[in-house]
Amino acid sequence: MSEELQVNDSLDVMGEIEDGAEQFLTFILGDEEYGVEILRVQEIKGWDNVTSIPNSPHYLCGVLNLRGTIVPVVDLRLRFEMAECEYTPTTVIVVLNIEGETQRTVGIVVDGMSDTHNVLPNDIKPSPDFGSSIKTDYITGLVTIGDNMVMLLDIDRLLSIEAIG
Amino acid sequence: MSIDISQFHDVFFEESFEGLDAMESGLLNLEDGAADVEAINTIFRAAHSIKGGAGTFGFMAVSEFTHKMETLLDEMRNGEREVTPESTNVLLEAVDVLREMLTAVQQDEDTDDARIEAVCQQLIEMLGGGDESSEIEQETEADSVDSDDEKSIGWKIDFRPHLHMLQTGNDPVRLLRELDSLGDLSVNLDDSQLPLFSDLEPEDSYLAWHMELISDVAKEEIVEIFEWVEDDCDLTIEALFAAAETSTELSEETETQQPEESIAEITETELKPTAGEKTETKQKSTTTPAAASIRVGTDKIDSLINMVGELVITQSMLSQVGDNFTEDMLPQLIDGLAQLERNTREMQEGVMRIRMLPISFAFNRFPRLVHDLTDKSGKQVDLKLTGEQTELDKTVMEKIGDPLVHLVRNSLDHGLETPEVRLAAGKSETGTLKLNAYHQGGNIVIEIEDDGAGLDEDKIFNKAVEKGLVNKTDNLNPEKIHELIFMPGFSTADVVSDISGRGVGMDVVRKNIHSLGGSVEIDSKQGSGTKFTIRLPLTLAIMDGQTIRVANENYILPLVSIVESIEIKSTDIKQVSGKGELYKLREDYVPVIRLYDVFNIEPLITDLEEGLLVVVEGDGQKVGLFIDDLLGQQQVVIKSLETNYRKVVGLSGATILGDGTVALILDVPGLISLYREPSSGKSLVKSERAA
Repeated sequence: MSEELQVNDSLDVMGEIEDGAEQFLTFILGDEEYGVEILRVQEIKGWDNVTSIPNSPHYLCGVLNLRGTIVPVVDLRLRFEMAECEYTPTTVIVVLNIEGETQRTVGIVVDGMSDTHNVLPNDIKPSPDFGSSIKTDYITGLVTIGDNMVMLLDIDRLLSIEAIG
Repeated sequence: MSIDISQFHDVFFEESFEGLDAMESGLLNLEDGAADVEAINTIFRAAHSIKGGAGTFGFMAVSEFTHKMETLLDEMRNGEREVTPESTNVLLEAVDVLREMLTAVQQDEDTDDARIEAVCQQLIEMLGGGDESSEIEQETEADSVDSDDEKSIGWKIDFRPHLHMLQTGNDPVRLLRELDSLGDLSVNLDDSQLPLFSDLEPEDSYLAWHMELISDVAKEEIVEIFEWVEDDCDLTIEALFAAAETSTELSEETETQQPEESIAEITETELKPTAGEKTETKQKSTTTPAAASIRVGTDKIDSLINMVGELVITQSMLSQVGDNFTEDMLPQLIDGLAQLERNTREMQEGVMRIRMLPISFAFNRFPRLVHDLTDKSGKQVDLKLTGEQTELDKTVMEKIGDPLVHLVRNSLDHGLETPEVRLAAGKSETGTLKLNAYHQGGNIVIEIEDDGAGLDEDKIFNKAVEKGLVNKTDNLNPEKIHELIFMPGFSTADVVSDISGRGVGMDVVRKNIHSLGGSVEIDSKQGSGTKFTIRLPLTLAIMDGQTIRVANENYILPLVSIVESIEIKSTDIKQVSGKGELYKLREDYVPVIRLYDVFNIEPLITDLEEGLLVVVEGDGQKVGLFIDDLLGQQQVVIKSLETNYRKVVGLSGATILGDGTVALILDVPGLISLYREPSSGKSLVKSERAA
């Protein structure tokens, strides 16, 4: 009974969207937290062995069979030039829909999932400018959630064919 | 109750394009002289259907344009106008314009108004020069008789649809709306036939309308609106006289206001979803072109359904075995699995057959092409098509279309001579161009043969020397010289013509054919003609593959490209300037490509004697691939890497193995280019950084 209540509670939290708010799915990469628009997320699946593509950038892990379609998988740690990390049972692949010239499906490997959050456009702060020392063009903005800072990603740019090919 | 008609748009476009094809081939047949009434009728019917459909869906520009064509055709049909080459040409051009208009509407793009206007003008001129003018006169005469002598101010229309009219797809509201656009329309609804609600059939139409149209339009225009429902309704149209005006006007205001309003409402609600749908399709079309569809014979579907039935039986048999499995049931299990394999294979073949289309789809455009080109060049050409019913995969068909057009154009432009030259050479005035298709083994063979001048070997050789493709001292046999025309940047046309001769052709033709896994051969004899033979695999979706292992990776090598596999004897390996390796294969030397090298993967075996050499052929060249091991052979389903990623040099795609993992399919010509120019495989990202 109490379990059911809890489930209902969490459903409520998920279901309540304030006017004008957008929902973001956040995930963890090292000590950092990133968010992507939840409507772009097709599915979340556990780490699975991928087939590597010859002569591809090092951060492209390879391709995966997603129910009959071949989907490229990008290791986001390596993409951001962070330290490499062993894949553990909590490592997940977030499958995203990318808009570009054509609509594509691309998976990203992240350390773990965090949460979903409703974010009002006014609460999004501009992305920082580090000059040329750190590239931040893939970050559309920052939001504070509790004590954490979440970076919102522009996945269309981050995972465009030019960027992952 | 409004029907969202936009759901029928796709069907309309498809049928219209088919209609246009029918019109085109009909028009081309007309040329042959005898003005066959049945042929003209076919063209007329196609035009009429397009006009009607376009009108229904509100594509007014299309329907108006088709109306002009239809008028012209109608006169031809009734024998009021002779079928002349000029009129056929104008009609052919009109067909082209119409096709463009429909494509533009379909893709939601802008039309080339200037061209439409020009062809429209031609049509009108043609009409004006014939009996059309008198027809207009008659119409106006009839009109003036009505209005002047009898003081007619409009028309009284009684419209009572038959019960089944809605089922024929006609919508009375649309008719009323069209009537309304002609003038001041007042409508009286007659619902006397409406049954009790309990007896009401929702799909029947019980309503009738008494209408008065205050307008000076001709009766014909009103009749035309009802043309499509003539047989499905009782319709009377009578002239309305001024004397009745006052009385009707009064009743108009009081009685008819309500129905009129309701019509307006319906129109609005009906329009809204259409508009919404339009913007939606517009968004779609920016990402993907209109979804293609395919017509399949019912026999093919029936046999598939039978196979599915068998599959279901096998499946239930297997699950029964699996439920209470004991060891003595093993033979049953093995039988079941064998049956399952047979079923799936049959299914697979059945499904592939659905994708098969007769090659006439690709051949059909050639009569028109030949007609246009011979018009321009003054040559006389007899086009012969054979084997049009030969089937091949739809995707192959789509990709082979352009190369075929190119070869046909080349034959017409460079191959076949002008009548004078032909006569001088002792040949008949009219040249022959033959297109033939047939199956051979797992391939389809397409032949393009002309009895023209043949390839001029001296000219080709000199041209190739001039372009620096070969050395003047090279001694080439005729076959090798013929091959030269496939070199990039080669063109021998003395004058670059509108038809061909930009020199970007033949190499692209060969590349396209190769990318389909096919080959092209030339057989030419100077003075008596040229024959191109194209060989293509029947399907692109499934192929026989050989699994190979390199280090920890497995790849699939297309079985067709494998010549042989051999164990390497190090004595047969020859070094070239310390880097390149050649393997002495009997009388030949073949370059050795170490697969781990071109793919930049960590090797497990580097000693040639420990691995295997697979001799493969690609782009007409033999190379040896050095691999670790050969694994099994299997049929693989080809999946595109480009759907979600991009083209990778050296790979033609990927497939999914029995265990669910992805295996990459090797592309031999790609591997060769990767071997020659390792940088060609570098990823976009790296080149971006370098730049």
